[in-house]
Amino acid sequence: MQEHDTSWVRTEMALAEPAPAGVRGPLAWVRQNLVGSVGDTILTILGIIIVAWVLPQVINWAFINAQWTGPDRSVCATVAQGGIQPDGWSGACWAFVNAKFGQFMFGTYPVEERWRPILVAVLLVALLVPMLIPRVPRKGLNAILLFLVLPVVSFFLLSGGAFGLTQVETSRWGGLLVTLSLSFVGIVVSLPLGTVLALGRRSKMPIVKMLCVIFIEFVRGIPLITVLFFASVMLPLFLPAGVTFDKFLRALIGVSLFAAAYMAEVIRGGLQAIPKGQYEGADSLGLGYWQKMGLIVLPQALKLVIPAIVNTFIGMFKDTSLVLIISIFDLLGVVKQNLSDANWATPQTAKSGLVFAAFVFWLFCFGMSRYSMYTERRLDTGYKR
Amino acid sequence: MASQEILREEPSGSFVNDPKIRSLFFQTLVVVLLFGSVWWIVQNVIDNLQRLHIASGFGFLKGRAGFDISDTPIAYTSDSTYGRAIIVGLINTIIVAVAGIITATIIGFVIGVGRLSQNWLIRKICTVYVEIFRNIPPLLVIFFWYSGVLAVLPAPRDSFHLPFGSYLNQRGFYFPRTVWGEGSWLMLVAFVVALAMAWFVAHKARQRQMATGQQFPVFWTSVALIVGLPLLAFVLGGMPLTFDFPKQSTFNLTGGFQIKPEFLSLYLALSCYTAAFIAEIVRAGIRGVSKGQTEAAAALGLRSSPILRLVVVPQAMRIVIPPMTSQYLNLTKNSSLAIAIGYPDLTATAGTVLNQTGQAVEGVLIMMIAYLILSLVTSAVMNVVNARMALVER
Amino acid sequence: MGSCIHTGKKIRVCLKTEKGLWVMKHIAIGIFGAATLGLMASAASAGTLDTVKAKGFIQCGVSTGLAGFSAPDDKGDWQGIDADFCRAVAAAVFGDGSKVKFTPLSAKERFTALQSGEVDILSRNTTWTINRDTALGLNFVGTTYYDGQGFMINAKKLPGVNSALQLSGAAVCVQSGTTTELNLADYFKANKMEYNPVVFEKLEEVNAAYDAGRCDVYTTDQSGLYGIRLTLGSPADHVVLPEIISKEPLGPAVRQGDDQWYHIVKWTYFALLDAEELGVTKANVDEMKNSPSPEIKRVLGQEADTKIGTDLGVSNDWVVNIVKAVGNYGEMFDRNVGSGSPLKIARGINALWTKGGLQYAPPIR
Repeated sequence: MQEHDTSWVRTEMALAEPAPAGVRGPLAWVRQNLVGSVGDTILTILGIIIVAWVLPQVINWAFINAQWTGPDRSVCATVAQGGIQPDGWSGACWAFVNAKFGQFMFGTYPVEERWRPILVAVLLVALLVPMLIPRVPRKGLNAILLFLVLPVVSFFLLSGGAFGLTQVETSRWGGLLVTLSLSFVGIVVSLPLGTVLALGRRSKMPIVKMLCVIFIEFVRGIPLITVLFFASVMLPLFLPAGVTFDKFLRALIGVSLFAAAYMAEVIRGGLQAIPKGQYEGADSLGLGYWQKMGLIVLPQALKLVIPAIVNTFIGMFKDTSLVLIISIFDLLGVVKQNLSDANWATPQTAKSGLVFAAFVFWLFCFGMSRYSMYTERRLDTGYKR
Repeated sequence: MASQEILREEPSGSFVNDPKIRSLFFQTLVVVLLFGSVWWIVQNVIDNLQRLHIASGFGFLKGRAGFDISDTPIAYTSDSTYGRAIIVGLINTIIVAVAGIITATIIGFVIGVGRLSQNWLIRKICTVYVEIFRNIPPLLVIFFWYSGVLAVLPAPRDSFHLPFGSYLNQRGFYFPRTVWGEGSWLMLVAFVVALAMAWFVAHKARQRQMATGQQFPVFWTSVALIVGLPLLAFVLGGMPLTFDFPKQSTFNLTGGFQIKPEFLSLYLALSCYTAAFIAEIVRAGIRGVSKGQTEAAAALGLRSSPILRLVVVPQAMRIVIPPMTSQYLNLTKNSSLAIAIGYPDLTATAGTVLNQTGQAVEGVLIMMIAYLILSLVTSAVMNVVNARMALVER
Repeated sequence: MGSCIHTGKKIRVCLKTEKGLWVMKHIAIGIFGAATLGLMASAASAGTLDTVKAKGFIQCGVSTGLAGFSAPDDKGDWQGIDADFCRAVAAAVFGDGSKVKFTPLSAKERFTALQSGEVDILSRNTTWTINRDTALGLNFVGTTYYDGQGFMINAKKLPGVNSALQLSGAAVCVQSGTTTELNLADYFKANKMEYNPVVFEKLEEVNAAYDAGRCDVYTTDQSGLYGIRLTLGSPADHVVLPEIISKEPLGPAVRQGDDQWYHIVKWTYFALLDAEELGVTKANVDEMKNSPSPEIKRVLGQEADTKIGTDLGVSNDWVVNIVKAVGNYGEMFDRNVGSGSPLKIARGINALWTKGGLQYAPPIR
């Protein structure tokens, strides 16, 4: 063996040269991202024009010219309209939102009883937050508390009539309270119901399968409004004389059934993605149908479709606003109802109220979609090989 | 080994565990429960209707409606029947759905491509658009447009004058209505002939390209045919066209063609809202085509425009069409929100009929079945498109 | 679970578990069935009066908000002549006008809600028509408010318009599914005039659209127009045109097939009128009990051995309870829509027959 002279081989790696000045630094970024070509430059200029046109108007309206507090319409109306603002003034009337905030949150829920929905909200947050943070232990107990115990407790807290609480009819519920309770119950009911429907649709029993297919396709083929009409004007005639149940409850059933059909399709997608080997493996272990599904298939399938499930939740959350068409006053419904208050009727009121409602809805939906993206990324790692 | 022997000794327990018998049992149970509850419901309905002396049956559809409808694409007066009122609503639904689908697709494509743009600013603007519209309820978008349209536009007396005798005010968008005179049938014939010729040219051109590899400018020839022939017929027929211009009267503009603000807001709201979803689908579709495809096409010597047209888009379409179908269905279903701003769509007119006749069961049934048929037709059409786009493996 | 195929014993255990599951499923189905049966059992319907007495309150269907007739105030309590009528019935039945719960109903829901038993009385500015009595299975008890359909315009924007006959070509805002919508079509047709209907599902939406200038004319019952005018941006600009184009007898309705309940609600209405005719008011009802007039004594249930109230199914001092709760008809009218309210509608044809109006009640005897 011959000794190699390695003196000409580097023992240390050379430091990387910085990139040429043309492709780094803010200038290069601008060149690449904004003025790469003639077409790009034109687009950038167009974009700047749009932003420069829209943004100042929005900021001016929403913050600088906005009125935050005030007793009545006069703070939000110009002199010509019988108010105190100079002519040509245009700004958000947050004073209106401020004055009606209680109603936007609780509807006409009696003021002295409003600690009840607040308590429910606190409980919801206290149970939901640990549920959403993956690191917090005892998910099983948490889930039972959140999805089984909380709805029951909330029901008694909100409607009262037991344990010495005065009864508050559902016709007095309103605002965000209704929006959240409708969508929460919708979520809690639609997930298991959707799972059952999805399993039914993939069942080997032809009649069960056919019924599930008919139900799912029928519900997915009609708009939610017709389902709500069904619940509000048709359902009462389906029951025997003298048996009625609450309109709010009927809307709840309508929304839940509607969401369940969509949920079923999402979960079916997950079930289809599970390789056949998993089913066969479970069979070869001698597991029964429910054991196979409950312990092997569903955990994997549900995990796969979590983002789609959250998307369905977002859709349902937005859809709850439709109950205003059957005179149940959710957040949007209460805002719309208050727009006709003569005390606050100004040209700015409608815009401000709707923007507020939009903001609240947006906050919830955007939050949910971000959380879904986060879980997607977190769960994704489990499938990397 | 032991277990196998035991298994052989104890063949599958009692009949309770026979999957066939169990499946039969459960299905019978389901059927019995189902029929039981359906029978129960039907009995209740019949009982309720009889006990309360409520009229039933679909005979009311032939009755005189007695109310007017604001947008009537087909002839309708208060003397028409309830059935016709519902059909007017159905046609209005179809009109707004088709218009919305076309516009939403266009906006959606622009925004979707914009989100993949090299340009940072454009990318961000498109992202903001998508994030805003995806996360607020469609009903709210409709209210925004409606209150916006009513608040921004002027009263009829000080309408905005637009070119070609058009006006824009709170009552809508007015433009001259075309009145076709005698001889206009010639143009229709010319149009049909042009269509047939264009198809023939395209067919021949493809044959020639297959045989010889030579291309023929099919697109421009077709445009020339389809525009040129009817134009020629128009001139030959002695220009049989006059306009009915909108005119100011005591209250409103009369004459001309009017697009009402209710339609305008609903159409714009549905388009904007659905476009956000379509944009996401388009983005996912384009990103779903692997880079190797583009590079391979470039290696074959294709330029960027044919790469996009012949390689990327056809493959992206395959990913895009199924979710697009469900967005189209959603738009059609969301058009039922028209009821909130008074556009007379199917839900609104059927609802009015329900209300005037008091026949809730029949009214809601008609609504549901009509939407179901609309949905089925839309999915059927999109399935055909999908089948034509699908990968043909050889 | 997976281990059970290893020994024979465990196979049996496995089978048992499966059987257990199967049994449990059946128990669940059994419970479900029993629950359904329970629901059916509770369906055996009693008369409305008994049901109402059993639950302890009257469920009253009202509008979603029409000033003067039924609208929630700031605290969420329902005010208005329609709401007060339900209180009067509650006072007759329970002796306590507060034993009533209100269900706001849209125009579309109102009839189904009454038919299905969701509400016991529909007191929701609803027009009495033959179709509603016959094809919809309702029984109207009387006319608590004689109304007629009118038109309102913005006089500032449309100077010179002072008759409905000048409205040809106008855009008219109207609520859908009402008799108003039908009368409107008939009126314009009869007078050979054109109009553009602008139709909304809910009253609030009609108000908002009219206020925003979407239409030139607002049409609904005249009483409603006065109420709505107050909620507009600048009420002074709007005038109600003199024409009345229809008869709109507004009144409460009950379900068909329960004569006892029908009588109670009908006679509550008559009692309100008789009380006004006899001069019995909320303030003087206790003194009036000792009135020398035999008629007043009889109506107030002070006659010896009277059976008027008990025959009806309520207590004998039912009229006293009604008047104590809401006053007589005149007081109810003034408080909600008349001189004592922001609406300031004149009694007009709603005055008692003795004063030239149409309100006439059969005698209580």
